[in-house]
Amino acid sequence: MALAENTVEENQPKGVGEYLLGHMREYGLLFALIAIMAFFQIVTGGTLLRPVNITNLLLQNSYIIIMALGMLVVIVSGNIDLSVGSVMGFIGALAAVMIVNYEFNFLFTILVCLLAGGVIGAAQGYWVAYWKIPSFIVTLAGMLVFRGLSLWLLEGQSVGPFPQQFQVIANGFVPDIFPEGIGAALAPIFDARQVNVLALCTGLIAAFAVVSTGIRKRARNRAYGIVDEPRSFFIARNAIVGIALIFIMFKLSTFRGLPNVLITMGVLTIVYAFITERTILGRRIYALGGNQKAAKLSGIKTERLTFLAFVNMGILAAAAGLVFAARLNTATPKAGFALELDVIAAVFIGGASMSGGVGKIVGAVVGAFLMGVLNNGMSIMGIGIDYQQMIKGLVLLAAVIFDVYNKSKQG
Amino acid sequence: MTALLEMRSITKTFPGVKALDEVNLTVRQGEIHALVGENGAGKSTLMKVLSGVYPAGTYDGEIHYDGALAEFRDIADSEARGIIIIHQELALVPLLSIAENLFLGNENATRGVIDWPGTFQRTTELLRKVGLREAPTTLVDKLGVGKQQLVEIAKALSKEVRLLILDEPTAALSESDSQALLDLMLELKAQGVTSIIISHKLNEVRRVADTVTVIRDGTTVSTLDAKTQTITEDAIVRDMVGRDMAHRYPSRERRAGEVLLEVEDWNVWHPEHAERQVIKSADFHVRAGEVVGIAGLMGSGRTELAMSIFGRSYGRNISGTVKMHGKPVDVSKVHRAIDAGLAYVTEDRKSLGLVLEETILRNVTLANLDGVSRGGILDDNRETEVSEEYRRAMNIRTPSVFQKVMNLSGGNQQKVVLSKWLFAGPEVLILDEPTRGIDVGAKFEIYGIINDLSAQGKGVLMISSEMPELLGMCDRVYVMNEGALVGELTANEASQERIMSLIVTE
Repeated sequence: MALAENTVEENQPKGVGEYLLGHMREYGLLFALIAIMAFFQIVTGGTLLRPVNITNLLLQNSYIIIMALGMLVVIVSGNIDLSVGSVMGFIGALAAVMIVNYEFNFLFTILVCLLAGGVIGAAQGYWVAYWKIPSFIVTLAGMLVFRGLSLWLLEGQSVGPFPQQFQVIANGFVPDIFPEGIGAALAPIFDARQVNVLALCTGLIAAFAVVSTGIRKRARNRAYGIVDEPRSFFIARNAIVGIALIFIMFKLSTFRGLPNVLITMGVLTIVYAFITERTILGRRIYALGGNQKAAKLSGIKTERLTFLAFVNMGILAAAAGLVFAARLNTATPKAGFALELDVIAAVFIGGASMSGGVGKIVGAVVGAFLMGVLNNGMSIMGIGIDYQQMIKGLVLLAAVIFDVYNKSKQG
Repeated sequence: MTALLEMRSITKTFPGVKALDEVNLTVRQGEIHALVGENGAGKSTLMKVLSGVYPAGTYDGEIHYDGALAEFRDIADSEARGIIIIHQELALVPLLSIAENLFLGNENATRGVIDWPGTFQRTTELLRKVGLREAPTTLVDKLGVGKQQLVEIAKALSKEVRLLILDEPTAALSESDSQALLDLMLELKAQGVTSIIISHKLNEVRRVADTVTVIRDGTTVSTLDAKTQTITEDAIVRDMVGRDMAHRYPSRERRAGEVLLEVEDWNVWHPEHAERQVIKSADFHVRAGEVVGIAGLMGSGRTELAMSIFGRSYGRNISGTVKMHGKPVDVSKVHRAIDAGLAYVTEDRKSLGLVLEETILRNVTLANLDGVSRGGILDDNRETEVSEEYRRAMNIRTPSVFQKVMNLSGGNQQKVVLSKWLFAGPEVLILDEPTRGIDVGAKFEIYGIINDLSAQGKGVLMISSEMPELLGMCDRVYVMNEGALVGELTANEASQERIMSLIVTE
């Protein structure tokens, strides 16, 4: 088509070096994750990537990632939510009191808890969106309020344990839908005691989906003459992601299969990535964070969007609270303490901008994993909590400095 | 007269671009030297070389200042030698007082303790010099742009300025403020201050400049000396764009159709000072295919009128009726105003018109995302097509629509804002200072776009501080003063004198 002819000439693929400079952030994050994993894999003598540890890694970080999805939206919209740790703890407490003390049905409890999360988000978002009170202050207040409310609800005690059906949320695994025979037949090939065929298939399908959508998108972009990623990069990036997916799923398949939480996380990540990148709603949130006044003068209901970002955050914090409580099998007054900082750190490591309008869901998830691998690897090595904190702090700082440096380089 | 400054064969390259190519600039002691050229011609780069933003060694060529070779390492270095730049975007701290701003970084202090009485006394002297009657303790926040500009100049004077560089000083000023500023420049000249003025307003250049240097595409095109020749605007424009611009305003067949927009008895009060009525019972209408101007001084309420109509984006206690095609419409929210067929192109494109960090594509579709989506899901292909279409139609100069708008020049940014609103499909466009701060070539293009719109039967309401522009473009002009529409002139009746007299007498 005429359109393509016109633009192709003007968009000659730039040199590899120049391209890398422009996209340092995305590749940097991926390479950092790989480098850190490789480092810990070596220094822990292979423990990091053992099936049981990968499973642990996913379970340990699930609630951070769930909240990071909502936090990314809040931060892109130009706000921040400091209350998520407390809200998470409070919802866990609410669930424990309802199920353990009052013996409510667990499904009903989950529903009430998610609703409560939404209401909490709405209560905070209302002040931020319609009264223009800085989100930092509103959610700082919320952090104290909900910390206090959890204490009050639990009367300072730990409440637990939960019934089995509830624990499954966090600790359960998806049963293998394939006949046992297939797994048993495959086991010797991979030199494993067992193979969960479902997990293996999921890995292959996910890898295929990622690569094929990548190829399709590239082909379409080429039609519009807007391909700027050098072919070598495209192939390398897709190969790494595809192989990593298959590798992780394979490892999981030789342990207990797919954790329920992984499915929840995966689905939520895809849904939020889709919303932020492909829908009107998502586009408007970026515009709102990028320039609130311009967005408003373009007919965007900025107040309502801000409000919804907080409602969404509340619901996700509630979901994370349920997962956390189920995983520990008890609700404690200290649950979620200072967790908001890990969530926020993950989002910034993932490349979001403090001033809003910039950031990606995938970045936030990778950022959360990066922090998770650091935590996990250092714990395996037996590094004390004192050093762990310092190192995490420096990693956050380094990531943001890297961002700023890159930006100044691009001018 | 001897030369105070001589820049010889200055060449400055950025990766891939030669921004300046053997530029020569000679500024004589005690003159006002105008530097003109289209946006992107290299004027700002040249001034950055001069002031040390690009330190010696990062460019080729020599700077001779005050009779000696100068190699400035940074701004502080050039400032110490009396070279002071006042940028288009003012660099004052809004919540500090005039006195605090004047001596910021240069405080009148002993061992870190500020001598306030001394500071205030010197501030008063400096303010008298620039003709600003304000108390030294007044917060800069409370001053209009014109007065802030004077504070900037006072600040320069406080530093023993020898070469004052003003980058588009009157771009944001009203007619009368501009005149006052130009008078001040002439007065400083009389006191021996040499200045360089960068401006797009050629009538101003002609009024104050002793010498005019025209830069085009990074090279010096010509240097015109007022002493030896008469400098005409046409001559400058010809050198700037490299072609004759016989018609500054493209012609258009004038035909007004049915009445599209009618505003009746429109009243608006100030958002913070509830007792102040900003718009007083305004009545006006715009017909299909008509270009209607609103003339008036800065602060007369033109922007406030437009923004209050467009989704009540300004003011409170708003009353009045807005009709489209004779029927009252709801314009109480921006999205409703858009649905009613209105669009408002803001005067402040950077902070109100664009999301600078985003791409051209995303800015173009922002006000009409429904037009590039199905069921709330965006169609990338359609978005690319739409934005490419506007890129070509509007002649937005950029390698691709995936460029961030912050990398574009002012004229191209304005075209992006216009594209955004055209894609929203309005019937009436309100253009607020559509050509502010953009170069002659881009202005001409914008005028062409406005004429196209009118030919398509759209109504255009154009707010402008440049009277020649209104006279050249509009079928009818409303004159606004202190929140009221005080007169209405047809194209034949309108002249600068009549507009001014309406403003003055009412």
